[in-house]
Amino acid sequence: MASLAFDQADRAVRALVTPEGVDLRVRLAAVSERGIALVIDLTIIMGSLLLLTLAAGSLLATFDLENVPLAQIIWMLGFFVLRNFYFTLFECSRRSATPGKRLMGLRVVARDGAALSADAVIARNAMRELELYIPLIVLFSRGEGIEAWILLAGIVWCGIFVLFPLFNRDRLRAGDLIAGTWVLKAPKQKMLPDLTTEKPAEAAFAFTTAHLDAYGVKELQVLEQVLRMSEPTAMEAVATQIRTKIGWTARAHEADKDFLSAYYAALRRRLEQRLLLGVRKKDKHDTI
Amino acid sequence: MDMTLRSLRFRREREASWHELEGLLDRAERSAVSRLSDDELLAIPALYRAALSSLSVARSTSLDQALVEYLEALSARAYFFVYGSRTSFKERMQRFFAHDWPAAVKNIWRETLVAALITFAGAIAAYMLVMADPDWYDAFVSGEMAGGRDPSASAEYLKSTIYGDSDASEALGVFATSLFTNNAQVALFAFALGFAFCLPTSLLLAYNGCVLGAMFAVFASKNLGFEFAGWILIHGVTELLAIIIAGGAGLRIGWSIAFPGDLSRLAAAERSGREGAVIILGVVIMLFIAGLLEGFGRQLINSDTVRYTIATATAFIWAVYFYRGDRRGLARV
Repeated sequence: MASLAFDQADRAVRALVTPEGVDLRVRLAAVSERGIALVIDLTIIMGSLLLLTLAAGSLLATFDLENVPLAQIIWMLGFFVLRNFYFTLFECSRRSATPGKRLMGLRVVARDGAALSADAVIARNAMRELELYIPLIVLFSRGEGIEAWILLAGIVWCGIFVLFPLFNRDRLRAGDLIAGTWVLKAPKQKMLPDLTTEKPAEAAFAFTTAHLDAYGVKELQVLEQVLRMSEPTAMEAVATQIRTKIGWTARAHEADKDFLSAYYAALRRRLEQRLLLGVRKKDKHDTI
Repeated sequence: MDMTLRSLRFRREREASWHELEGLLDRAERSAVSRLSDDELLAIPALYRAALSSLSVARSTSLDQALVEYLEALSARAYFFVYGSRTSFKERMQRFFAHDWPAAVKNIWRETLVAALITFAGAIAAYMLVMADPDWYDAFVSGEMAGGRDPSASAEYLKSTIYGDSDASEALGVFATSLFTNNAQVALFAFALGFAFCLPTSLLLAYNGCVLGAMFAVFASKNLGFEFAGWILIHGVTELLAIIIAGGAGLRIGWSIAFPGDLSRLAAAERSGREGAVIILGVVIMLFIAGLLEGFGRQLINSDTVRYTIATATAFIWAVYFYRGDRRGLARV
C-alpha cells in the first residue's frame, strides 16, 4: 500500500484529487507566510501611493497649480481603490496570487478544487475591510474620546477576526470561509540532481545485504537530506552512526561523503528492488 | 552490468517532457510578456497528464524524495493552469453587467426589503424624536458631520447649505471623493458585518436611517422639507439604494449562517458569500455614480425641478435594471 507510506502526521497536507484520480497532496500555507505576504502587499500599496503623490505634486508645481487639493484626492480615492482592487485583480490573474503571495510561493485556491471564480475572490477581499482595516482603525484611534467598554468590545471583536486563522484546522480567515477558498503553497520547485549520478564508484564499497537491511525508507530520506545539504559536521556524525550500526570498518582515506553517497545508492537500489516486489520497509524498526 | 538504478532510468526517459511543461508554464504565467501559440497551449494538458502519470509511478517505485516533491509541485502548478479560472476578467465583467449583478440583486429582494424597512424605521424614529425634542439631534448627528446644520441654525443658513454657490466648487473634488470612499466603506461594512448573525448590519442600517431622519427634521421644522428632500434625493436614490442592497446582502449571509437549512453552516456561508460578492461589486459601482452626482450634480444644479427629475430618472433606471421580469433568455450570455 503506497498510500500508507506517506507521512500521515503532517498536519498541513490536504488531499486534492484531480479528475484523473491522482492525489496532489497540497500543502496549506503557514500563517506566518501569509502574514509576510500581506506586509509585502501593503508596502507595495503604500509605496505606489507615495510615488503617485510625489509625481502628481511635481506635475502640479510645474504647471503652477499648487492650490488644487490633489494629494487629498489621491490618498482618499487611491487608498480605497488600491486596497480593494489590488488584491482582487491580482488574485483573478493566472497565478491567483498577489505579488506578496507570489514571493512567498502561495496561491489562492477554491476549497472544492474547482476553478477559482472571480466572485470568490471578490468575497474574500470584501471581508478584508472587517478583518484588517477596522482593527487598524481601532489601533490608530488610541481610544481617544471612546468609552472604555466600547474600546474593549472593539478589541475583542478585532481579536476574533485577526486571530481567526489560528483557530481552525485549515487556517481560514473569515474571508476564506465566506468565499470557499484557502491559501496553499504552490512554490516553483527546481529539479534537483539525482544523488546516485554523482557516485564515486559504488562498486568500491561492497555492501552486503546484511549491511543494507539495517535501514528503511525513512532513514534513506534523512540521508538524502543530509547529502543534499552537504554540511561536513552533519555528514561526519551520520557517517559515524551508520558505520557503527552496520559494523563497517573505514578504510584509510575514506571520505565521509563518498561513504554516504555509496551507501545511499546501495540502500536505495536495495529498497527500490524490494519495492517492486511489493515490500516497503518503512524504517529501521520494520522487520519485513 | 548496467549499474544505473531503475528509478534513475525512469527519470532520464521522462525528464525532457517535465522540463517542457515547466517551460510552458513559466511562459504562460507571464502571459502579458509572451503569448503561447495554439500548439503550445494544446500541448499543456497532454504534458500535464504525462506528469501526473509520472508522479504516480514515481510515488510507487522511486525513493528519490526530491524527485517526488518536484513532480508534486509541477503537477499542482499544471493542474491549476488546466482546471483553474478560464474566463478572462473582461468576459467576467460583461456577464456581470448583463446578467449576474441584476439577477443577484433581484434574488435578495426579501432581504433588501427588510433592510429598507429598518432604514426607514430608523429615519422615522429619529424624525419624531428630534421634532419632539431638538436635543436628540446631537445623539444622531456628530458636530463634524452636521457642519452647522443643527436645530439652532437659521432658515437662511440652512437654505444656503442646500443651494451651493460657485465659490465652493474648488473643494468639490475632495468633497465628492470623500463622500464616495465613506459611503463605500459603510456599504462594505454593512455587507461584512452580516457575518455576525445580521445584528450589526441591522444596527448600521438603522443608524444610517436615523442620521437622515434627524437632518430631515431640522430642515422640515424650518419649512425646507421639500427642498431638502430634493437635495438629498438627487444622489440619495442611488446611494441609499446601494447601502440598503449591501445591507440586504449582509442580512442574507447572517441569515444563512444562523439558519443554514439543509446545507452545512459552512456551505451556506460560502454560497451566500459568493452571491454577496457580486452584489458588493455592484454596490461600489453604484456608490461611485452616487458620489459623482452628489459632488458635482448636486452642488452645480440648484433647481428643485431638475433635482427631482434626476432623482426620479435614477430611481426608474435602477428599478428597471434590477427588477424587470424574466431574464432567463440572458442567462447564457
